[in-house]
Amino acid sequence: MKLVAVSAGLSLPSSTRLLADRLAEATRRRLLDDAPTGPHAEAPVGDHGGDHDGDHDGDHVEVRVIELRDLAGDIANAFVTGFANARLRAAVEAVTEADGLIAVTPVFTASYSGLFKSFFDVVDPDSLAGTPVLIAATGGTARHSLALEHAMRPLFAYLRAVVVPTAVYAASEDWGGGGDSFTDGLVARIGRAAGELADLMPRRARTRRPPAEAGDEVEEVVPFEQQLAALRN
Amino acid sequence: MQFGIFSVGDVTTDPTTGRTPGERERIKAMVTIALKAEEVGLDVFATGEHHNPPFVPSSPTTMLGYIAARTERLILSTATTLITTNDPVKIAEDYAMLQHLADGRVDLMLGRGNTGPVYPWFGQDIRQGIPLAIENYALLHKLWREDVVDWEGRFRTPLQGFTSTPRPLDGVPPFVWHGSIRSPEIAEQAAYYGDGFFANNIFWPKEHFVRLITLYRQRYAHYGHGTPEQAVVGLGGQVFMRKNSQDAVREFRPYFDNAPVYGHGPSLEDFMAETPLTVGSPQQVIDRTLTFRESFGDYQRQLFLMDHAGLPLKTVLEQIDVLGEEVVPVLREEFAARRAPGVADAPTHASRTAEPSAV
Repeated sequence: MKLVAVSAGLSLPSSTRLLADRLAEATRRRLLDDAPTGPHAEAPVGDHGGDHDGDHDGDHVEVRVIELRDLAGDIANAFVTGFANARLRAAVEAVTEADGLIAVTPVFTASYSGLFKSFFDVVDPDSLAGTPVLIAATGGTARHSLALEHAMRPLFAYLRAVVVPTAVYAASEDWGGGGDSFTDGLVARIGRAAGELADLMPRRARTRRPPAEAGDEVEEVVPFEQQLAALRN
Repeated sequence: MQFGIFSVGDVTTDPTTGRTPGERERIKAMVTIALKAEEVGLDVFATGEHHNPPFVPSSPTTMLGYIAARTERLILSTATTLITTNDPVKIAEDYAMLQHLADGRVDLMLGRGNTGPVYPWFGQDIRQGIPLAIENYALLHKLWREDVVDWEGRFRTPLQGFTSTPRPLDGVPPFVWHGSIRSPEIAEQAAYYGDGFFANNIFWPKEHFVRLITLYRQRYAHYGHGTPEQAVVGLGGQVFMRKNSQDAVREFRPYFDNAPVYGHGPSLEDFMAETPLTVGSPQQVIDRTLTFRESFGDYQRQLFLMDHAGLPLKTVLEQIDVLGEEVVPVLREEFAARRAPGVADAPTHASRTAEPSAV
């Protein structure tokens, strides 16, 4: 199964990337724990996952983290030229072929960052339909946590992705303290969200259309007589 | 194989001098460029059609009629004629008229146009772009082939007993290319009629156009016009040349960096890697253009964009000199040597008159 995390963190290291990694690792563990049989294949968390071998049996999880910072110039250029260059195309392809997506942004000016939104503006609006998505965000104060609900969730609803119920917000203080009587701590929330995502992924992996083979990507077309006839009705 | 120039007709400030040509100067420059194209042995000059600043060519047949009077051999074409927002009756009349004046040296490239407001300015709806292109062309096709036309469609006033005049020269309508950068429906339309398909590939990576042209070739054969390899394909190209490639890069870079379509975006080098843009020596342009055949198969028409982004007329004329003297003669020879047997030349009035079945 393919698990892709998109991180829009900007500093190096960034807490947004840290959260993306924690979510990806928790989801991977849940997937492996849930796998019916077989030895647990190890797949390291990192920028470059191993070659995909088409194995959807649940005992192999390929994790890839995409740092939008590395693609910032490519994303801007895609707006100017109207096409994504080869590097950006590869990232978009990884996201649209994922069986599960983790999307993490810092909160900027009450919403997702411009870089985060710009990346998803480049993605074809139909290509994430049905993809399970876990949304998460970071910020300096917990007062921004509803950005997940008023910005992130509607964005992925528009893309007709399946957004898991638990959205994970990590304020600076969450990296130190546990929960309190009102809220679970960050670790518990990560675990809950990861479980929700892991539950949806195997089904997605089974039903996802296989990616087109190189060379047989011929456009589909409505026969011309039908197009003419439609105008006569 | 035909080689030529296509012009967008943009009025753009020269970023190196800050100078902006006036409309009269730009229109006359386009004419001068067309005359230069004939002088250096190119085959085609094609003008765009636009109805908004900063573009000047709103009236292609006026310009092409004037050029026709001052040339002997050059084929006059468009890139593109808006099939969506022009009345097909007026297209039928205007281009048949031009055909008579130019002794048949006329074809045209149809396109939908991608400037949203042009549709409402001409009383149309951009969401109907594809149906407009299909219905309007069906009528244009009929007007050029049937002397008396009865017609009723969705987008235009019905016609009863209408004859479009003048009739096409020698009873042979101008050859039509369907231009598209995006839509498989247009490739399908071109294939259905056995018309040409021009893929303006200059701004995007080639993979997309390989799919479009493959579709057009397959459907061309499906509709019984010939083999996929015999389908009539045109491509764009964008070049800037100097004897030494470093000089070409140095001179063109400020125009690239500030160009209306892609300026203030990727580097010249990145854009060259992703698109057909070639800035370098004439030999580099020859080598790059020959790769088009490898990607898209044997094709019939190669048009270059030369006068844009604020390049001064003097520079453009120098470029066309190099194109005509050093590049195109080699390309003619090389393409001819590589061409598969059975692949035809681009249709002309002479070839279509000789072979009435092509009508």
